[in-house]
Parts: sequence; C-alpha cells; structure tokens
Amino acid sequence: MAHVIACIDGSSITPAVCDYAAWASRRMDAPLNFLHVLGKSEYPIPADLSGNIGLGSREHLLQELAELDEKRSRVALEQGRLMLEAAKARAIADGVSNPTSRQRHGELVDTLIEFEHDIRLLVMGRQGEHGDSAGEHIGSHLENVVRTLHRPILVVPSDYSEPQRILVAFDGSATTRKAVEMVAASPLFRGLPCHVVMVGADKSEAREQLDWARASLERAGFAVNASIRSGQVEEVLCAYRTEHQIDLIVMGAYGHSKIREFLVGSTTTKLIRQSKIPLLLLR
Amino acid sequence: MINSIQQNWFSNIRGDVLAGTVVALALIPEAIAFSVIAGVDPKVGLYASFCIAVVTAFVGGRPGMISAATAAMAVLMVTLVKDHGLQYLLAATLLTGVLQIAMGYLKLGSLMRFVSRSVVTGFVNALAILIFMAQLPELTNVTWHVYAMTAGGLAIIYLFPYVAKSIPSPLVTIVVLTALAMFLNLDIRTVGDMGELPDTLPIFLWPEVPLNFETLAIIFPYSVSLAVVGLLESMMTATIIDDLTDTTSDKNRECKGQGVANIASGMIGGMAGCAMIGQSVINVKSGGRTRLSTLAAGVFLLLMVVFLGDWVAQIPMAALVAVMIMVSIGTFSWASLANLKKHPASTSIVMVATVVVVVATHNLAIGVFVGVLLAAMFFANKVAQYKYVSSTLSEDGLTRTYTVVGQVFFASADKFVDFFDFREAVDKVVIDLCQAHFWDITSVSALDKVVLKFRREGTVVEVIGLNEASATIVDRFAVHDKPGAVDNLMGH
Repeated sequence: MAHVIACIDGSSITPAVCDYAAWASRRMDAPLNFLHVLGKSEYPIPADLSGNIGLGSREHLLQELAELDEKRSRVALEQGRLMLEAAKARAIADGVSNPTSRQRHGELVDTLIEFEHDIRLLVMGRQGEHGDSAGEHIGSHLENVVRTLHRPILVVPSDYSEPQRILVAFDGSATTRKAVEMVAASPLFRGLPCHVVMVGADKSEAREQLDWARASLERAGFAVNASIRSGQVEEVLCAYRTEHQIDLIVMGAYGHSKIREFLVGSTTTKLIRQSKIPLLLLR
Repeated sequence: MINSIQQNWFSNIRGDVLAGTVVALALIPEAIAFSVIAGVDPKVGLYASFCIAVVTAFVGGRPGMISAATAAMAVLMVTLVKDHGLQYLLAATLLTGVLQIAMGYLKLGSLMRFVSRSVVTGFVNALAILIFMAQLPELTNVTWHVYAMTAGGLAIIYLFPYVAKSIPSPLVTIVVLTALAMFLNLDIRTVGDMGELPDTLPIFLWPEVPLNFETLAIIFPYSVSLAVVGLLESMMTATIIDDLTDTTSDKNRECKGQGVANIASGMIGGMAGCAMIGQSVINVKSGGRTRLSTLAAGVFLLLMVVFLGDWVAQIPMAALVAVMIMVSIGTFSWASLANLKKHPASTSIVMVATVVVVVATHNLAIGVFVGVLLAAMFFANKVAQYKYVSSTLSEDGLTRTYTVVGQVFFASADKFVDFFDFREAVDKVVIDLCQAHFWDITSVSALDKVVLKFRREGTVVEVIGLNEASATIVDRFAVHDKPGAVDNLMGH
C-alpha cells in the first residue's frame, strides 16, 4: 500500500515534518513511513598538503579514507536511527498507528526515485540541515525533488498548526485542473472550507473555468469560496492568505522550463521561499 | 543542473584550491622532466600540462583526477621527435585526440574489464620503472654534487612533512636546492639548459606539416599507441580515484574528454598526455575532490611558469630528479612484490611479463596486450581442467557408456578426444553429454571426430544430450539473452 513518506534530516524543522505527516497519514488513512537518507558529500575532507607520495602511498591512503568514512558513517547511522525512533514516537503520540521507518545511503533524489511507486504523499521541510540559519533559503534538495518526482509533495514550514482552511491556486491550466480534481477526490481535505483563487483579469473565459473548479469541488462536498483577483501571483496569494487565515495552499509546481525560469524566475520557488504555511505541490 | 554544477565544482572550494596548488607545484617538475624524456623543449610539456588539466576539468568523466603530460606518453614519442621533429609530434597529438574521441563513442572504455588486476599492477609497476629509468641520464657522468643534491632532495621530500605538513615538501626541495645551487654557484645542469620555457600565455598553433598521406603514415602508428596508452592509464587512474573516494565516474565520457584535451593541447603546441596516477593520488591526499581541483592545478601551473619563468630556469635538474624519483616510488605497487609469493604463479607471471615487455619495448600498450593475452590463456587453461569423462561397460560387455562432465572448448578439446578408448571392441557406444558444456565449434568438431572414429571401428554411436550441451554456443542459439538462461545452462 502506498505510504505517506516523510523525509527527516534532524534539522529544526523535523518536528513540524513529523506532525504534518502524522496529520496527513491520519486523514488519508495511509501508513506513515519516515525516511532518513545518509548523504555522503556532507562530510568535510581531511587534507594533507605535504604533497609527497612514498612506499605504498595509495594503499595507505585508501585505508585511511576508508577508516575515516567508516567512523563517520557509524556515527551518522546511529544518529539517524535515534532520530527515526524519536520521529516514530512523535507520530504515535499524534495518533498514528504503526509508523515505520527506513534509512538509506545515497542522494535524497535518487532514493526517492527508487521509492516513487510507493509514495502517496511526500512530506518535506522547507529547508534542510544546512538551511537552519538562512532566512528565506529554500532547502538545497527541495527544488530538485519537486522537479524530479511526479507525486504530490507537501512542503512544510517549521511550525505546525493543523490546517483548517485551504486555498487552491487556480489558473485554468491542465496542471491546476488536475490539482482541483485531486483535491476533490482525496480524503486529505474532506470537510475543510476550500477557497479557489484565480489570479488575472476578470474575463468571462476565466469565470467559466472558475465555475468549473467550484462545481467540481462542491460536488465532492466542499464548501467553496471562489474569486478572481488581479495582480502579481505571489503577492495576491499572500494577501489572500492573511485576509482569510488560510493555512494550506494547493498549487501546481514548476510548470515552465528551466530556461524560462532562469530568465523570469519561478513562481513556485518564490512561493516556497515566502510562504509561512504548508504548500501542497502537484505536478 | 545548477545543483550538479554546485556539486561538481563548488562543494569543496577550500580543499580543491589548496590541493590544486599542491598538484601544480608537483606538475611543473614533472612536465619539464617528461619534455626532456620526449626530447622537446620544456615549454611543450608545460603548455600541454596546463591545457590538458584545464580541458579535462570541464569535459573529463572523473572529477578530481589530474591529467597532464605523462611519462607513459612521453616514452612513446621519443623516436617520432628524433626522426621527424616537433611539428610531427603536434600533428600526432591531434590525431591521438581524434582517435580517443572515436574510442569514446565506440564505448571501448568497457573493454577495460578484460584487463585483469595483475595486468593493472604490472602496468603501474612498469610505469614507475619507466619514470625512474628516465631519470638515469641525469644521474650518469655527473659530478658528486648532483648525487648529493638528489639525495638531499629526497631526504627533504620524505622528512620535511614531519616538521610541517602545511607546506608541500616537493616545493621545499625545489626552493632549497635552487637556492643552494645559486648560492654556491655550482656548475650543474638546470632547467634552463633543457630548452625554451614558456614566456607568454599559450597561443593557437596549427602544426606545420604537409597534409598528405605520407604524414599520416608517419604519425598514425604513434597516434594509435598514444591513444591506447593514454586511455589505459586514464581508465586505471579513474578506477583508483573511484576506489579512494568511494564515488563513481563516467568512463566513456573520460575517453572523449581525454581526446578533446589532446586536440586542444596539439593546437597550442603541447604534447599528448593522459591521466596521472601519482598526481591524482597526491590530489586526493591533499583534499582535492571536484573538477575545481583539476582546473586550479592547470591554471596555477601556467601562472607560476609564465610569471616565475626566470626562477624556474634556475632550478637544478637534480631537484627535478628527486621529485621524479619520489613519483616513481609512490607509483610503484610495493605490495605486489610481497604478493609475488602469495599469489598463484600464473598471476605473478602475468604481472612480471607485463613489466618486462614494457621495460623492453617502452610501450605500455604492448605490455598490456601481452599481459591480457597471457591472463586469458591461463584462464582458459584453468577452466579446461573442469572436465572429466567416466565410462561404464554394460553387463553383457557389448555397450560402453561414456559420461562427459564439464567444459569442452578449444583448450580442452584434444584432451576430450583422448578420453575415449577406440581400441575397445564393443557393439555400441553411448556418449552422455547431459552434464557437459560445449562452448565452441572446436568442441563440436572434436565430438564429430570421436563419433566418426567409433563408426569406422564398426561401432554404433548414440549421443545423448547434445542439444543441451551445445546450447552454450551462445552465438548461434543466443540463450544468453533469454531469462533463465543461466539456470538452463547450469542445471541441465
């Protein structure tokens, strides 16, 4: 059965990841699995600048480097295990029965690709281990993961509060229509008031699309509040959020090519960076 | 993409720049020394080292590996330079690059799996011996000063790290010996005596050779050797770095990268080069891991040589000899000497044969070829022994059943025939092949021969299980690409 998979790395955001994952797991009635990936490149490398090589240098160097890696890996393994235990305990306290965990070596993205078929919802922190101090930094792995995986991803901030009102960012595109359908079909938000916001000019065409979204959601039993606003996407969504005390945004992610985003910047990245509430990214 | 650039270039900036500097300092003496081996001006080797290091940093397949002018390549060029001159070397360098790119596209890097461990060890040891032998001309017919300085240099290289590990000891050696030679005004050979040093940044140069078939006929054999040796050493070095850093590399990209680097080198008046085992180990030891370390090594090398050229010319050859002896000692696999007794004789013979052939021909490609051939023969011989034939005579004494078990192929076909007793007068012979594997046409024709011989004696022959046994002639039956092929082969 497909899991809610929560990626944890021991940063300050981990408790919030646990809580949101537990919330999602309970609502969707899907088993919860915590994942910790032991990266390799994060270790500092020792340097011996003496610049000489002598009898058996290669063999010694290999042995030395292997021993060093071994020690560090042991510590990291142990730390990760403790972290996973703590996360599981937290999830049980949150009311999840039988959370599981796994630990893998390698790169986060590669590991997730391996498990992709098993992911029903992926929960990740907005920033990882190294982002703790940086203000608007977005975790180094996050963009890569969002771009690579084709599963729903819940990106969470460092403070947990149970979602009460959700907002679906809608623009009439295929991606966001799919998003509306997924929200309507999923048990995750059932019973929560749902706002649908379109950013752009108030034309009849846009009205039609918005009406479709409203109808689809109402059919699924949602109380829907749909509106069209003009302005910059990020600014409008942020303003709407404060105005209506929204505490979760559903949106399509990275609809454009990398080259275009390099030139004009990505709405998704900006929103992830600015948002103080969880984002559910659908691709 | 941005992430991978970050990972490949800027994930270890401090370590890479420091390591690159250490490597650059060691590359200068090596590049000069290898130019001397090849019989060209030091600037040819120095430009080549700069260019190859910088280009492979971008297009190579193994981050953190150092490529530059090398001894393995230099020894192949000696006769070309002597007979035809520098311009033909540059043309050969270009052709080498083209061949290597072609080999990269043909994915010949995967052929490395046929090069066994003992051949690799033999290659490395032969390389170390070549580097050492190349220093001998600098150590013959010279005054005692040179011996004293070389010995002193080696002492500094290996003892200075006990005093301070933050300064590369080869650099200390060079500085101390240069200062000493200048201070004492010793009349010994210096780098300046070896030929022209670079005084400008490299400029684009097209080799001045006639573009005709004759030129091709001259350079082609050299280019093939250079291309093969260059890729061999590069692949081996990449594997060593893979092991040291516990990461993987893209071997076919490395092949193409070496080719591009050699073309670039040939176009700025540099000689052909490849990956360097010793320098790459120094790079990893000094903390270099990413492409930045290779780039830094190349750039620092050129800057130091161009702007400190007058000082570089003053370096006594004895100091370079000391550094090169260090590289030779560090490259040699000393454990392989101890293993000579421990390992099976066939392994040791392959290793020693590789070394001997290389030292005799000065061509690592021939050495590896001989080594691979020997290893394959030893292997075939070993596998041929996994075979026996048992036979039983029926109670009435009229039928004999031979049961063949094991591997039958070209190396064991003759012995297979010898197992049968053609003199025995029986009515019927049954040959049970259910537990045998026939690997090639030689084994099938051996069986035909057996059957024919029995028939001529008037014996009826029945062969059981031939189809299953000959299913191993995979070329014809192509069982290897069907699921369960292994079970079928091993279980029948």
